[in-house]
Amino acid sequence: MAVFALEVLTPERTVVSTEVEYVRLPGADGTFGVLAGHQPIMAALGIGVLEFGPFQGRRRKIALGGGFAEMHENKLTVLARTAELAEEIDVLRAREAKRRAEERLKARQADVDVARAQIALQKALLRLRVADEK
Amino acid sequence: MARTSREIKRRIASISSTQQITRAMEMVAAAKLRKVQDRVATTRPYYDRLALSLAVVLRAAQRSGQELPAIAQRREGERHCLLVLSSDRGLAGGYNAHIIRQAEAFLQAHPQTEMVIVGKKARDYFRRRNRTALAEYVGLGDEPQVRQASDIAQVIIDFYLHGLFDKFTILYTQFVNTMTQKVALRPVLPIPDNLGGKEQPGSEPIYLFEPSANAVLEGLIPLYVNAAIYQSLIEAKASEMAARMNAMSQATDNAAELIEELNRTFHRMRQAQITKEIAEIVGGADALES
Repeated sequence: MAVFALEVLTPERTVVSTEVEYVRLPGADGTFGVLAGHQPIMAALGIGVLEFGPFQGRRRKIALGGGFAEMHENKLTVLARTAELAEEIDVLRAREAKRRAEERLKARQADVDVARAQIALQKALLRLRVADEK
Repeated sequence: MARTSREIKRRIASISSTQQITRAMEMVAAAKLRKVQDRVATTRPYYDRLALSLAVVLRAAQRSGQELPAIAQRREGERHCLLVLSSDRGLAGGYNAHIIRQAEAFLQAHPQTEMVIVGKKARDYFRRRNRTALAEYVGLGDEPQVRQASDIAQVIIDFYLHGLFDKFTILYTQFVNTMTQKVALRPVLPIPDNLGGKEQPGSEPIYLFEPSANAVLEGLIPLYVNAAIYQSLIEAKASEMAARMNAMSQATDNAAELIEELNRTFHRMRQAQITKEIAEIVGGADALES
């Protein structure tokens, strides 16, 4: 299968920079796939799983905290808010984050930003799921 | 300068202990600088890529003829928001003084300015002058985190969407290299025309937008504000460490100079004392002989 370049960047670091055959992206309106030779596209990404492969013979997963993807000249660049490879996820921290978010949602005090707590919960659940499925 | 040799000795001891401290601070700053400096290099590509893509999406959205999302619209007003990046700690040469001077100049030029302040130094300065800020952030630490940048970005975007101001600019210290740091203004909102360089006519591919140019634009702008703030925080921190390192290196050199000078005076006095004593002994012996 034809390959193309994939680069996943966060403000802090380059998470992945490699050649792949396929990528699945969590688009804002549902997931979609990209193969080599895809026409130039720019897409808003939501919180979800980014899958790509093969990398060292396997399919790999990234927990993506939203962002943006651009395919241009057979190169897919993902600018993520946050991105963690399944292997890198700190399960204990994710559990802790999940617990905190749930507590904040349960308390429902006036100073709790419900929307933000929900996003935090969503991210924590996603990270746990990705870490689990690796 | 007329002092006893014992006083001079005490001075030398005090200056060399100060020198030890400045030398230690210089080395600490150098170590911290190395860490942040690496980050300056790794954060630039993200921001540059983002700026480039944002310019493309913005042009596409403008061409589409649809009304732009609120956050992307140009505003006529002259109400500014200035994010001032200073440090929590001093002893960094002119680092904070330069930032504050530039902030004052900005306030002069744009009277309708609200500030968001990072760092104790700028906060205390403006508090003493009874200038209130929209928000203040202190204690961000030696390595700015993306989380901190997104917290600030969130607040700025909320204020912007609520129409508290029309333009958002970051005042920070650009890290050119270890010896040179430049105070700079980075206009962030509305999106500057020259962002991501000039459009190259004809060479731009036709992009597909998923779900739409406007939706992509709306998603990108928070990322962009975020990245602009994060990048500025990192550069400001690198500049602070470099400024502190240079200031402390200079202080160490000055201390060395002072010590040398005092040492010279000390020996001169000691020798004068010995000469005097010898003269007295010789004088005494002469008196006995005669």
